[in-house]
Amino acid sequence: MWNYSDKVFDHFMNPRNVGEVESPDGVGEVGSMACGDALRLSFRLGDDGRIADARFQTFGCGSAIASSSVLTEMVKGLTLEEAAKITNEQIAGELDGLPREKMHCSVMGREALEAAMIDYYKRQGRNVPCGLLQESTELCHCYQVSRETVREAIMTHRLTEIEDVTHHTKAGGGCGECHHDIGDLIRDCQDKWEREDAASGGLQELAELPAAAVPVAAADDREGRIREVLVTDIAPALRNDGGDIELVRCHNERVYVRLTGNCAACKASEATIKGFVEAQLREFVDETIQVIEVD
Amino acid sequence: MSDAPGTFNMAAGLPEPLPEPIYMDNNATTAVAPEVVEVMLPLLTEHYGNPSSMHRFGAAAGQAVDTARQQVAALLGAAHGNEIVLTGSGSEADNLAVVGTLHAYPDKRHLITTAVEHPAVLGLARDLEKRHGYDVTFLGVDNDGRLDPDELRDALRDDTAVVSIMMANNETGVLFDSAAISEMVKERGAVFHVDAVQAAGKLPLDMQSLTGVDLLSVSGHKLHGPKGVGALYVRRGTKIRPQIVGGHQERGRRAGTENVAAVAGFGRACDLAMENLELENTVVRDLRDRLEAALLQRIPDCLANGAACERLPNTSNISFHYIEGEGILLLLDRIGIAASSGSACTSGSLEPSHVLRAMGVPFTQSHGSIRFSLSRYNTVEQVDYVAASLPVIVERLRQITPFNAERATF
Repeated sequence: MWNYSDKVFDHFMNPRNVGEVESPDGVGEVGSMACGDALRLSFRLGDDGRIADARFQTFGCGSAIASSSVLTEMVKGLTLEEAAKITNEQIAGELDGLPREKMHCSVMGREALEAAMIDYYKRQGRNVPCGLLQESTELCHCYQVSRETVREAIMTHRLTEIEDVTHHTKAGGGCGECHHDIGDLIRDCQDKWEREDAASGGLQELAELPAAAVPVAAADDREGRIREVLVTDIAPALRNDGGDIELVRCHNERVYVRLTGNCAACKASEATIKGFVEAQLREFVDETIQVIEVD
Repeated sequence: MSDAPGTFNMAAGLPEPLPEPIYMDNNATTAVAPEVVEVMLPLLTEHYGNPSSMHRFGAAAGQAVDTARQQVAALLGAAHGNEIVLTGSGSEADNLAVVGTLHAYPDKRHLITTAVEHPAVLGLARDLEKRHGYDVTFLGVDNDGRLDPDELRDALRDDTAVVSIMMANNETGVLFDSAAISEMVKERGAVFHVDAVQAAGKLPLDMQSLTGVDLLSVSGHKLHGPKGVGALYVRRGTKIRPQIVGGHQERGRRAGTENVAAVAGFGRACDLAMENLELENTVVRDLRDRLEAALLQRIPDCLANGAACERLPNTSNISFHYIEGEGILLLLDRIGIAASSGSACTSGSLEPSHVLRAMGVPFTQSHGSIRFSLSRYNTVEQVDYVAASLPVIVERLRQITPFNAERATF
């Protein structure tokens, strides 16, 4: 049994604003019966340009119904610009939280709202205002989840497992064909936040670590082996292409390196780092190594 | 109702709950019979000895285990008590059967199972395939849940070590003909394992006539015994390698001090299961049929999965179109009714039931499937209460879903 909050139960047992708005200004439909949940959200604007009425119809579990219900309450009285800022975390927060596996229900609410707003601008014959919505490309075709939605979830929550991405966004919950893409995206994002961390002082912190904080023998041995593989296997191969590599620092499983020469400017340096440098170090030193490129 | 602004009352029109909750999730687990508790208690208090010990404490515990072994053997119609290997669960029995056989025949790298097995076998088979390099054939089923004998015949190979096919499906109750399957399997010299966890206690079992079945798993808590105990029937002469190695318990086939109280409870539960077998196939079957007929008649757009096949007498699996199972379960629980669903949302995965999917039940129906699994402790009054409540619940949820017969998709 899910550990639903009292608020989830309240909105499930007594959902607010069920149905369809008469002569709506915007209607958003997301999901499908095949997906296991679907939401139809309609709204009407008042003379003041604020959402005067919002209604929903939901096919889905208790938390999907509760998320839809609470969302209709949240948007009433808001301008479209204000409503567009509502995040799925806010929807979940309004329900005093959702179980991890149910976070995608709140995402569906957010997506339906977005779809309803797009519909509104279409009906008006206007372009969707710049910055109101994010352009997206579909990553998971089974559940129609965009790459942007997935990237945002990974970055916001620093997700490192495909399973967690699925819990947050539903992406990857169907045929599994996009698992590879999600994995790539996770690695991309991981690199990004690690580089950010490094840039914001992570590396300096490392440099300032007192020597005693690292078990000296073990670290030396490991760093020695990493250095050896870099010098004997990796660097010569890169030099063939006019590039080179420097070891900047080792810290736990992370190996910070700098590419130089041709490699520094190479658009494929990402592939070099992951596909070659990291693969070599994983094979010859240990499987947990993550190679991070620093400038 | 849905036109009224403001709040919608999901509980509107539901009948008052009965004084006691209604348990119809017996394929998940069962109530422990009072007679079972009675034999277990002294083994947790005064007779706490280790069955392997050479003193009176050990003797009392050892006696309890021996008795239970005979009781389990009797339910299965086994010729010898020592064909029963006591385990910690049905899943453990399944694992011992499949992996123990593979290890006994290291040159054979192929196994066969079905796409509708319980996760204890299905998950294991996938793991053997992915992580251990075994070749696995997963047999499909048709829309009614039937296996195709020709598909099995074609799948059997000289290097097939073991074929593992359940006797009764836990989700739909659909039965597979273990006797007929065993003939094909034995013809090709493979070991045949049957997961009978759902069948035991609901169908008559006789290992002395099911001569082509080498290994058969059962579980205590599915037949009104305690959790944490199961057994693998190992036909005399069947080679099997132990998976839990250590002490000499279970004649070296499963190490670990016996869970004496649970084992004794399991034995007593097997006794009771034999006594009640006819009841399961008359009274319980009638209750199930009464429930299913009432629901199908009173609720539009629903159907019973697997009903075209021979099924367990206690199981009914019904798909309600246009709505999702978790909502149904939450509302049922509000009025004290316990059932389960093949819906994705109840499991934490996004996949609806692998059994219904293998049967080709469309997603649109499998998300709204509910399994009622009855027992001898259910009553006509309870069945009638469920049959009166569910139409209201389905109607409420259909009032808020965007889908219906005219519009099944956006």
